[in-house]
Amino acid sequence: MPALNAENLACRRGGRLVFTGLGFGLEQGEALLLTGRNGSGKSSLLRLLALMTPRLRGSLTWTGIEVAEQPEAWRLALAWLGHADAIKPDLTVRESLAGAQLLRKGRLDSLDHALGRFDLTAIADRPGRYLSAGQRRRAALARVMLSGAPIWLLDEPAAGLDEPSRGALHLTLREHMKSGGLAVISTHGDIHLPSARPIDLGEFAPSADALAEDWS
Amino acid sequence: MTRFRHLVARDLLTAWRRPGDVLLVLAFFLLAASLFPLGVGPEPQILQRIGPGVLWVAALFAAMLSLDRLFAEDLVDGSLEHLVLAPLPLELAALAKCLAHWLTGGLPLTLMSPALGLLFGLDGSQIAVLAVSLLLGTPSLSLLGGLGAALTLGARRGGALMSLLVLPLAVPVLIFGVGAVEALAGGAGSSNALVLLAAFFLVALASTPWAIAAALRQAVE
Amino acid sequence: MAGMHALANPARFQRFSARALPWSAGLTAILLLVGLYMAFFVAPPDYQQKETVRIMFVHVPAAWWSMAGYAFLAGLGAALLVWKHPLAALMARAAAPVGAAFAATCLITGSFWGRPMWGTWWVWDARLTSMLVLFFLFLGHIALSRAFDSPERGDKAAAILALVGVINLPIIKFSVDWWNTLHQPASVMKLGGTTIHSSILIPLLVMAVAFFMLFVTLVLMRTETEIGRRRLEMAALAAE
Repeated sequence: MPALNAENLACRRGGRLVFTGLGFGLEQGEALLLTGRNGSGKSSLLRLLALMTPRLRGSLTWTGIEVAEQPEAWRLALAWLGHADAIKPDLTVRESLAGAQLLRKGRLDSLDHALGRFDLTAIADRPGRYLSAGQRRRAALARVMLSGAPIWLLDEPAAGLDEPSRGALHLTLREHMKSGGLAVISTHGDIHLPSARPIDLGEFAPSADALAEDWS
Repeated sequence: MTRFRHLVARDLLTAWRRPGDVLLVLAFFLLAASLFPLGVGPEPQILQRIGPGVLWVAALFAAMLSLDRLFAEDLVDGSLEHLVLAPLPLELAALAKCLAHWLTGGLPLTLMSPALGLLFGLDGSQIAVLAVSLLLGTPSLSLLGGLGAALTLGARRGGALMSLLVLPLAVPVLIFGVGAVEALAGGAGSSNALVLLAAFFLVALASTPWAIAAALRQAVE
Repeated sequence: MAGMHALANPARFQRFSARALPWSAGLTAILLLVGLYMAFFVAPPDYQQKETVRIMFVHVPAAWWSMAGYAFLAGLGAALLVWKHPLAALMARAAAPVGAAFAATCLITGSFWGRPMWGTWWVWDARLTSMLVLFFLFLGHIALSRAFDSPERGDKAAAILALVGVINLPIIKFSVDWWNTLHQPASVMKLGGTTIHSSILIPLLVMAVAFFMLFVTLVLMRTETEIGRRRLEMAALAAE
């Protein structure tokens, strides 16, 4: 069985069935690229994997163990990048990143390395409120890199990034996977990784029958 | 426990960078309390009679005022997702947020209350009991307020709705808090009321964190 | 619990309520007629309160079932959060306004009662004050359950509120009683403990059962409406 294995996942959000029968398996060093149109459930799947959105059906195992049975260990294995960057407006970039890392009891020794990778060294001591949208995104990516977590869940990581930053993102992802890490990444076609497997969520849209059966 | 401390410290640092928020709460407390002499007239007997109740009600409203920044900003900027995903029980994280809220809200109100007690002509023992009752009662307000703030995350008309949810639940705090001071005037000791305040805090401490955590999980679903 | 599980399915609930509603509605009407007749013509006037004591036959059952109604809301909240009954949410939506209406009935009749007894429309009596706070708790539940764009989020938030509220309710009641003894006002609305005469007790019990059936009937009817409303929303979403 693959290291991360999902079977027959179904998800409902806002009273609407988003996808059904979704499954995938990821070995160490592999990445999954989620594609599909707006509303096809890319973000929902990521939130479901992070145990934020409840699963309607299906199983999700990590090294053979259902993740919902050991939620804290699973969360410790995750690095999360959502739509919002979670950079506090009143804290400096360095404080935001260190705070997040301390919250997961992680190490801080590679903080400067991560800041340097995303060209944040010069603005590391600037409060979050003075950062541009792209700078905030880079800071959030640096936090993911700093986490050292084996599984990265990234929702449109390249959104709003300029060309050099996208290069840094790709480099970071390749390093992560070379060291055996996994990633699930939602994208609009701006991520290019050789060892990544694309999956189109449109293929798992619920049929009319499933919709009717869902609420009878 | 270290993660708990980090969470509290982070919120305190945020509050420190924005001292206006705390000052606003204190200014509101002062303003609301000073409107009453203007409303009911300056007779010392009346003011001394209503003083404890007025100050407690003003403190109750002032505590409501600062609740919207407890979780709402975290929801908007995405930090709430990280809080939910953090590998510590969300109940503990919720407790840390409420503690930080009390340290930057209830505690300053308590420290300020003796000065306001003087405005209402309360005597020394009344002022002392009032301060102790606020010290024991305002932590419960932060817990109940945290619940209100978590439940109304993403709701329409959040602020007014929050008061409608929290204030009825806070009725016992108000009653025991004012009762402690009034028991002095009645000749009875105020220890009964203070014990009840402390007991209410323990019940709130045992019952609200899981409810706040459940509400936060729903908010990021 | 098996019964509740069977009813958790909306379609099955609708079959059940279609059969039950005529009976419960009919029973409500009969009991109300009998109860009101007894209250007005069988029960004797009180030697102190004269004819006004008859308000009690509405006031007291309304108070009982509004309190029980809040406990019912909390039970539905647990059913939604713990056992994920989809119907519990709809039933809570249906029941909260009924509970609020019962609490309001209790407050308004209490005020009618207070006018001849105390010479004033409102007295901060312990029972009335507790009932006022309960009324606010119902209002909070109603407002919260309808405050979100996603009805499911409102359902769950209101469920949490009801569970915390039901823990708090006895404490509120205790604190208000405590506050009341501190200020010692007249308490007229005390019933004579266990020594109520049967000529009063029987009409009161009949009215209590009538109000219970009224509560059940209204909740069943309103739950059906909520199911219909939710279906329409689902259909609108599916048609998108």
